[in-house]
Amino acid sequence: MTNINNTSKKLNGSEILIQCLIEQGVDTIFGYPGGAILNVYDKLYDHKEIKHILTAHEQGASHAADGYARSTGKVGVCFATSGPGSTNLTTGVATAYMDSSPVVFITCNVNSDLIGRDSFQEVDITGVTLPITKCSYIVSNVENLADTVREAFAIARSGRPGPVLIDIQKNVTASECEYYPVTPEEYFMTAGTRIQRLKSTHHPSVGYPDINLEAIDELAELIDKSEKPLLICGGGVVRAKASQEFRTLAARIDSPVAITVMGGGAFPGDSPLKTGMIGMHGSQASNMACDACDLLIAVGCRFSDRVTLNPAGFAKNAKIVHIDIDASEINKNVMTDLSIIGDAKKILNLLLAKLKRDKKNDAWKNYVFSFKRETEYDDPEEGNLTPKQILSAAAEILPQDTIVTTDVGQHQMWAIQHFKFDYPGQLITSGGFGTMGFGLGAAIGAQVGNPDKTVLHVTGDGSFRMNCHELCTEEYYKLPIITLLFNNSTLGMVRQWQHLIYHERYSQTTLDRGPDFEKLAEAYGVHGRKVTDVATLREVLKEAVASRADGKGWIIDCRIDIDEMVRPMVGGNSFIANFMLD
Amino acid sequence: MQAKENTQNLKRYTIVTEMDNEAGVLSQLAHLFSRKGYNIETIAAGWTVDQNVTRFTIEIFSDDDRIKLLCAQLRKLVPIHYVEILDPSKSIRRELMLVRVHAADRSARNEIIQIANIFRGSVIDITPDSITLSVTGDDQKTSAFESLLKEFGIIELARTGIVAIERGEM
Repeated sequence: MTNINNTSKKLNGSEILIQCLIEQGVDTIFGYPGGAILNVYDKLYDHKEIKHILTAHEQGASHAADGYARSTGKVGVCFATSGPGSTNLTTGVATAYMDSSPVVFITCNVNSDLIGRDSFQEVDITGVTLPITKCSYIVSNVENLADTVREAFAIARSGRPGPVLIDIQKNVTASECEYYPVTPEEYFMTAGTRIQRLKSTHHPSVGYPDINLEAIDELAELIDKSEKPLLICGGGVVRAKASQEFRTLAARIDSPVAITVMGGGAFPGDSPLKTGMIGMHGSQASNMACDACDLLIAVGCRFSDRVTLNPAGFAKNAKIVHIDIDASEINKNVMTDLSIIGDAKKILNLLLAKLKRDKKNDAWKNYVFSFKRETEYDDPEEGNLTPKQILSAAAEILPQDTIVTTDVGQHQMWAIQHFKFDYPGQLITSGGFGTMGFGLGAAIGAQVGNPDKTVLHVTGDGSFRMNCHELCTEEYYKLPIITLLFNNSTLGMVRQWQHLIYHERYSQTTLDRGPDFEKLAEAYGVHGRKVTDVATLREVLKEAVASRADGKGWIIDCRIDIDEMVRPMVGGNSFIANFMLD
Repeated sequence: MQAKENTQNLKRYTIVTEMDNEAGVLSQLAHLFSRKGYNIETIAAGWTVDQNVTRFTIEIFSDDDRIKLLCAQLRKLVPIHYVEILDPSKSIRRELMLVRVHAADRSARNEIIQIANIFRGSVIDITPDSITLSVTGDDQKTSAFESLLKEFGIIELARTGIVAIERGEM
């Protein structure tokens, strides 16, 4: 920045970094200190207005910043030191990248004169994170620091959101230069910055492309002709905050709505138009509707292989319309008949204005909803609970606006199938990267960002074991997170594949080992309870809700059968209506 | 970079892109090609009128659908200013080739110089038993030149890779 005003002052890099975070409205940081980032943490000591959450491990901090971002709609911020501190972030960076979550990761590296010498705790973290960030920066000169931070925030939150990494060399955090405060709005308008170039050229990293109005007319025409429409609600509806427009569209064109894993919360779970999840573990109603529809409109969905399965037979009778902010998603996995690139909220508003008439598709809906929307489960054997029993009890007893985070595996699919989410940001799950160990960190971020809401962390024994050390963070910061542990003593989803595809050869998936999760809870200073029947589960859940004020989290260890499977299921690369399990 | 492999049904495309001239942009570019599964045939870079902007010319074998996707992916890189696929009929493609060949006797030397003249190449260096030549042209011309020199024995060969530019409007 070259414009000098009266408020300029000479500050060191660490103070400039913190001032720039304050410019961006940051009041919460998740992180872990270390040698290279010491100067920054020293300055943070003077800034009590910024809340720093110290996790047990950098990975936990990365997921917490991500969960914070997803649940608040703000940009998450995460600090780590050089070397292993920064590489420990990478799973979290990739998780945020795959699910388009805006997080700014700030790492410090060794001094400039030590770079490239294999110095202690040196790693090229910008190189490592190149394929899993929207952009990664090296800051080797304090003069560039402020604008880099401003640009990083603008990029993280604009266009298709995503993580950005800034790696600051340690000497930069100690060097001084003039600092001039600039608001994000002012920065966006300042001439000569890279943001200006990106903005003026409609660069996809920040810009919203001009929406093709002819394509909107064409889509209105297709909708008018269609008798069997199907809408897919993807994560883009959540990120674009377009759920209201999406709901209106579904109602006006009377279309069934299938929801992807990432779209959870953007369309009301109790709507009569909801067909449920779509894809590998999609409901029969969703997948059969996809197979038979004559018009498929996917909003903010990237047609991942878990949704489309074999793309050759996907929606084979339909005109496929793809609405997405990212032009590079068009025709990537599924060839489309019409695509509209841009912000989902704007496109849907334009479309709603162009609809020729409201529609009624009773015959089509009767067909679609003749298939099951929800899976029915057999009654449990003595000493076990079914996923349905556990989730029904939780849905009934916990407040309706409870934020749900999950880990990855069977419990994740069950939670998404059974809970009726109804606002964007209510479901926080690692949909794209499938990160086991994501849930507890994400729950910490969500609870820190939403102190008044109940946060439920649904996990499995395999996933929970991966990062359960973050219980110390939960306990220390008095975060009353309720962990609902689906304990089947196995890596359930992998076992399910071994059962169905690998002739019951359960190679390395049986987890007949500790810890005793009740005792683990006690050791970490949170509440823990083993549960094997519904009545006790309900009591414990009620107690957990009632005891929120004590700031202690809960681990509710629910015993389920080792052979319980996620149903329905379509095998990978099969056609979407070819159910392997129904 | 890899030698041409399965080029059946694939076309050669010339992509031109301009990026901020700063550390790391080449690795960002190259990385994107490799992680999306494209092989670069040739890549050439240098700054433009504006020294803060580097222009890359990249040639790859692909098909129309995949090349569109690749361009959409390239456009997302923050340092990228623009990406364009050049239409071969409306663009000029050139590379420079330097080649040192055996020329132990007078007749070989004369013949090599004649070939170079036909190709508008130039003799850059001459020793008692070798000649170093340069030639400029598209890849077909440089390859033809190379194959004619083969019989004399090529000692060393270097090519810059194609740089390309659009022709002016008529």
